This record gives sequence, C-alpha cells and structure tokens, in this order.
Amino acid sequence: MISYLLRRSAFLLVSFVIAMVAIFVLLRLLPGDPANALLSVTATPEQIAAAQAQVGADRPVLEQFATWFGQLARFDLGESFISSLPVGPEISARLAVTVPLTLLAFVLALVISLVAGFIAATRADRWYGILISGISQLGVAVPVFWVGILLVSVFSVGLRWLPSGGFPRDDWADPADALRSLALPVITVAVVMSASLTRYVRSATLDVLGSDYLRSARAQGSGRGEALWRHGLRNGAVPVIAILGIELATTFLGAVVVESVFSLPGLGSMLLTAIQQHDYPNIQGVLFVSTLVVLVIGFLGDVAQRLVDPRLRVSISGNR
Amino acid sequence: MKKNIAFVALGLATTLLLAGCASGTDASTASAGDATIEIGSLYEPQNLSNFGGGGQGVTEAFNGNVYEGLFTLTDDGSVEPLLAASNTVSDDGLTYTFTLQDGVTFHSGKALTSADVKASIDAVLADDSQSARKSSFGAITSIETPDDATVVVTLAERSISFIYNLSYVWIINADATDLESTEDGTGPYTLGDWKRGSSLGLTRFDGYWGDAAVNSEVVFNYFTDATALSNALLTGEVDIVTSVQSPDALSQFTDNADYVVSDGDSTTKEILVFNDRVAPFDNADVRKALYSAIDTKKLLNSIWGHYGTLIGSMVPPTDPWYEDLTQVNPYDPDLAKQLLASGGAPDGFEFTLDTPSYDPHPVVAEFVKSELAKVGVTVNINTISADEWYTKVYKAQDFTATLQEHVNDRDVVWYGNPDFYWGYNNPQVTQWVADAEASTTTDEQTAKLTLVNEQIAQDAASVWLYLYPQIVVAASDVSGYPVNGLNSQFFVYDIALN
Repeated sequence: MISYLLRRSAFLLVSFVIAMVAIFVLLRLLPGDPANALLSVTATPEQIAAAQAQVGADRPVLEQFATWFGQLARFDLGESFISSLPVGPEISARLAVTVPLTLLAFVLALVISLVAGFIAATRADRWYGILISGISQLGVAVPVFWVGILLVSVFSVGLRWLPSGGFPRDDWADPADALRSLALPVITVAVVMSASLTRYVRSATLDVLGSDYLRSARAQGSGRGEALWRHGLRNGAVPVIAILGIELATTFLGAVVVESVFSLPGLGSMLLTAIQQHDYPNIQGVLFVSTLVVLVIGFLGDVAQRLVDPRLRVSISGNR
Repeated sequence: MKKNIAFVALGLATTLLLAGCASGTDASTASAGDATIEIGSLYEPQNLSNFGGGGQGVTEAFNGNVYEGLFTLTDDGSVEPLLAASNTVSDDGLTYTFTLQDGVTFHSGKALTSADVKASIDAVLADDSQSARKSSFGAITSIETPDDATVVVTLAERSISFIYNLSYVWIINADATDLESTEDGTGPYTLGDWKRGSSLGLTRFDGYWGDAAVNSEVVFNYFTDATALSNALLTGEVDIVTSVQSPDALSQFTDNADYVVSDGDSTTKEILVFNDRVAPFDNADVRKALYSAIDTKKLLNSIWGHYGTLIGSMVPPTDPWYEDLTQVNPYDPDLAKQLLASGGAPDGFEFTLDTPSYDPHPVVAEFVKSELAKVGVTVNINTISADEWYTKVYKAQDFTATLQEHVNDRDVVWYGNPDFYWGYNNPQVTQWVADAEASTTTDEQTAKLTLVNEQIAQDAASVWLYLYPQIVVAASDVSGYPVNGLNSQFFVYDIALN
C-alpha cells in the first residue's frame, strides 16, 4: 500500500505539472490581447503602449512562463493584469463561497441519490420506483442554470422565502445568513447532480440484488436486509465510490456555473470575469486551484476504492 | 416503502427550512438620516484607481462620493466649483490660479494642500496613466504651488475645456499608496468593505468639509446578470438600480406602484461607424444614403420601446452645443436611392460590418442589414469580440464599417482628429475644434462646436443611430438619486429613504 501511495502521488504531481504547462500554453495561443481590456475608445497610442507594458505582454513568452513557474514554486499566484491586485488572496476569499457550496451540494445530492436509487432498485415494480427512475432519467438532461432560474422565480420572487442571489457582506460571520444565501444554489446543484448519481446507485443496487453471493447468503438463512447490509453494501459501494470522485469534481463545476445565476462571489464568477478580460494571472490562478482540487479528489477516490475492495490491491500492486 | 419517499421529501424540506429560518432581510429598515442604501449595479470596479484601468465601475461608485475634483460635473451637465473655492484666468487664457476650499481634510485626516492637487494632476499625466482624460491635458506646461492654498497651472495654449476636464481629476492624498485597493479622498464617504465579485460599501465621512451625506451608508451590490439584478430589486434586496441596460425587465416595474422608473438622458450613443478613409464610405453621398435608408425611429423602438432619444448627431442634449439634427438625414428610402446614384453606386454595393458580439450590437446589425437590403446594399455581418474590436478596428483601423457605443459626454471633438479610428477628415471641422478649444468664452466655444455638430451631420460622418436612455429604477420610497448619471457618475449623498 505504501509503495502504491508513493507511485500514485508521483503520478498526481506529474499530471499537475503537465496540466499547468498546458494551461499556460493554451492561454497564450488564444487570440486576443489582454492589454485591450484596459483601454477606452479614446485611448492614445501612448496609452496602448502603457497597457501592453502593464500586462507584460511585451515580454517574451518564455520569460513570462519562467516568472509564473518561479512564483508558483513559492505559492505566489502573481498579480492580476487588470486590477494589479494579488491573485492568491482573492482566490482564498472566493473559496469561502465555492467550497461550502460544492460540499453541501455534494452531500445533499448523495443523500437524495442513495435513498432514491435504492428505492428505484428495490421497488422497480411499484409506481413510485418507476417514477423515481423516470425523473432521474429526465434530470440528467436538465441544465443547471435552468433549474436555478426556476427555483429563484418560485422561492425568491414568488414566495419571498430566500434571497435571489448575492452573499452576506460579512461572509460567514452569521452562518445562518450565509446558509440562506447558499440554500437555493445548493439545492440547484444537488438536484441536477443527484439525477445521474441516482442512476448509478440504482444500477449498483440492482447488480447486488441479482448477485450470486447475495442468493447464497439468503440461502444460508439471512434476511434480505441483513444480507444486503453484510454483503451487499460493500460490494455495491465499489462502483459507486469509483464515480464519486468524478461526481464531486462535476459538482464543483456545477457550482461554478450556478454562481453567475445567483451572483455569488465564488471561484466561478471570478473565472468568468477573468476570461472576459483576458486576465491571464487570474485565469491561471483559478485553474491552478481547481485542477489541484480535481486531481486530489481523484487520488483520494482511488485510495478509498482500494481500501474498500481488497481485489484491487492484488491486481494493481501484486502484493498484499 | 412510503417511508423512503417521505425521507427524500424531508431532506429537501429541512434544507429549505434551515435556510429560511433566519428572517428575510429587507434592503432597508433604518430611519432616514442613518439609512443604508442598497444599490444594484452591473459595473463592478476592476480596481479602485481611475488612472489604472478601474473602468466605469469605479467612476460610478467613487466620483463625487469618495473622491472629489476641483470642479464637478452636475447631473444636468453643468460644471461647478467643488474643491476650488475660486479661480482666476489671466487675460491671455494661459494661466489659471485656483484657491482651494478651507478646512478640507482627506479621509486619513491629513489636510488638503496644493501639493496634493499638483500630485493628482501629475498622476493623470504620468507615462503609465490609463486615464481617459490624459489627452485632454496636453496643453499643461507647469503646475506651481506658491502656497498651501493656491495652485497655478500654466498652459501652452488656450484651453476653454480645462475647467471642465478638471472635473474628472480626483484629488488624492499625495502620500497615499496602494490606490488599487484602498482610497484616500476628500468626499462625503469613505470606503467601507469591498468584497470583490459581490459588493462595495461606502460609509459616511464625519469629517467631511461640506454638507454631510443624508444617509449613513451606501452599498453597491454587483451583478453580472441583468435578470439577477431585476430579481434583487423585486425581492427588496436592493433599493435602486443605477442603469437598466435592457428594457425587457422594465414591464415588471412600470405597472407597479412600488417602483419608480425614471427616463433620463445618457451620454451613450449607438453609432454605425464608417471608415471614412476607404471606398465607398469616403463619399459623403454614399454615407448620407445609408443614413436615410435606416429607419432609426423603428430601430430605437424595437430595442428600447418608448425610451431613448434620436439626436441625429454625436451631441447629446446634456452637452451645451446640442441641437436637434434629426432632420439633416431624414429616413427616406427614395432619397437614399438617389444619393446612392449620385454617389456612384446606383446598383448598390456590398460591405462587411464588424459587429461586436455583445448587446445591443448583434440586433442592431441585423436591423441595419434588413434596412439596407431594401435599397440594394448588401451587408455581411462579421461578429467579433470586444478584444478583436480593439485590435482590428481601433488599433489597426482595418475595417469598412463597425458598430460601437461611445459613452462620454462632449466627445464630438473626436471628429476633429483625422487620425481617429473612423478617419473622418474635414480640415474645416479640425480647425473649428481647435478654435473652439482656444475660445475666450464658453459662448464662443459653444458656437464653434455647434458648427462642428452641424457639419458632421451634413457630411454623415457616421450614422448616429440613437442615444441610449438612462433608466434608473428605484423603490418608490427612495428619493434624491441622479437621473442622468452622465459618464456613469452616480452621486449617492442625497439619496434618502422616506
């Protein structure tokens, strides 16, 4: 297990570096001049030149690259082209919105899909089992922002229960207030996420229900519930855990989309603005953090799977 | 297994309940005088400096509220003294002597002196300054500070707009640092919390030299999405919206007694810009033909309903040299065809219209295309990003025609600059613009620029499609807000809740 962890960590590090290089290169290949975002329709030639200098676009690409990687090694994400403000502190401020939003939505989606998926599998012959399957099929096709708009028009504009957007100015000083702001975005992301998760849980449960070991357990006299609990859960969890990592990463991306619908000052809205303005340091900073998050989630997912399923340890590392 | 369904429902309900259990916050509940005014805006500052690319947002939040100039441009377009108590001009119009207001202090507590004024003007003129006004101050040769209360500015040539231009120069504490994320001005408010991506708070400054603001706090709430902004107004999360950019959402407020919709004059012109250097648009008859072929009234109606104005030129009603020139190039397709013939294109022609990809330009482009098709002119719409627009159209001047909004007041003078991107080159106009700037009185300046205005309309230098409305929507218990918001200014110190 130790050697596996070491190898998996090395793989994580290498993929991360490759991703960072790719992001840097791709941004430079995009058409567009970041200096333009600083100009007005009355900019003089001197001001155009000054803007070029401010964004460092007049320096060779290799030099820009070396500077950026040098900064990264010191955990310094540099300064925004547009605002001249440091990128790091702004990202941490925005993580205070995006991280809780992602985790809450993920947990809620997990709860909904575990219950709904289980019912859809065990009650596949009842009307509500069929209904749940149908809704989850439909839900996979629904765009996140559409759900968001729908929820706002019902719960904010219609019923006035919850704010239609924004986030408390004092952040988490009053947790209840912050949670109220996150309620609709969390439900939006969770509803959309739980659609696909429900289908995974349902098929994993169906696989377990039809499996030989469960039949053997039942034949040995275990009740259905006991058999599922002792044998089914761990077997069924393997494929679900495998996709949980991917789903968590997808939830994070869903959160990013939802932020603009709800005017939340999170990572997503920061990325959107940065892209519009060709603000490379901000784009690189956000992608640096989100790539790291996604890769680490993948790493933890793999490790969790090996902990649950001894067979994997044999097939990958060949020792126990 | 009904229990399981109940469980799902319970999970959802609990979340909603937990979220809803804190009481709903109304935007404002305090009594007048110490009210917090919640403002909704689409323009978040990029940073807090107005000569370092802060953009429209910082002008909206800070101009006149946090920072003040020697002069101010009022909401009706006139220029009045602010930090300058008095000023004299030498007979040759080259030496301006300003005496500063007494008892003005910066938010940091330091007293305002002439050295701060000099440093503030120098900052606008600096090599790395991105100030939109930098080019207006080319005539300055020296700034002297004979004593703490006096500033003497010497110009190389007369510049009648000098006082007006000074209304755009924030007077900043010369010792202040980090102007991108902090401030040190003399205005009625200090900067409270700036939560980037979300909101910017202003707090009443108790040491203000003039009349104190009528409210104790103002918060600009920033939205990236116009629908989210309307929703916030509907749900009471904001009291007032600085400028509505799309009329679609207005019907929710116009028929509702809880809201007031004001229709002010903006300074933003939607323009079909020709490259006047290249055929066929180097021919005035062809330009005039296109002008007369486009039913601008119908266009304005389709975009803004009954809001907005037709002005027939570059000059909005709040500029001193405004006159209604809508009849110089009337909508008249038959006239358009005659003009095309006299312009050497009786069978029409084809051209590419570089269209910025953001609203309202794509819709306008489609309209222009269908109107011109009726007189035999084919338009190929080429959609480009804002970024491409700067590179291709503005910097390289590599275009035949484009659409653009020009937001500033008093910007007709750009038609006197033959090097400007639209390439309008009429030596007479260039001379008038220069003469206007060298005028000894504002009346003389107004007369000269009126001539310029009439001439560019007669030449159809561009097609000025319409003037945007400046629509402010506010809850009906809010008063004292600006309705014109010239150049994105939004003075907040008189806003009260009743």
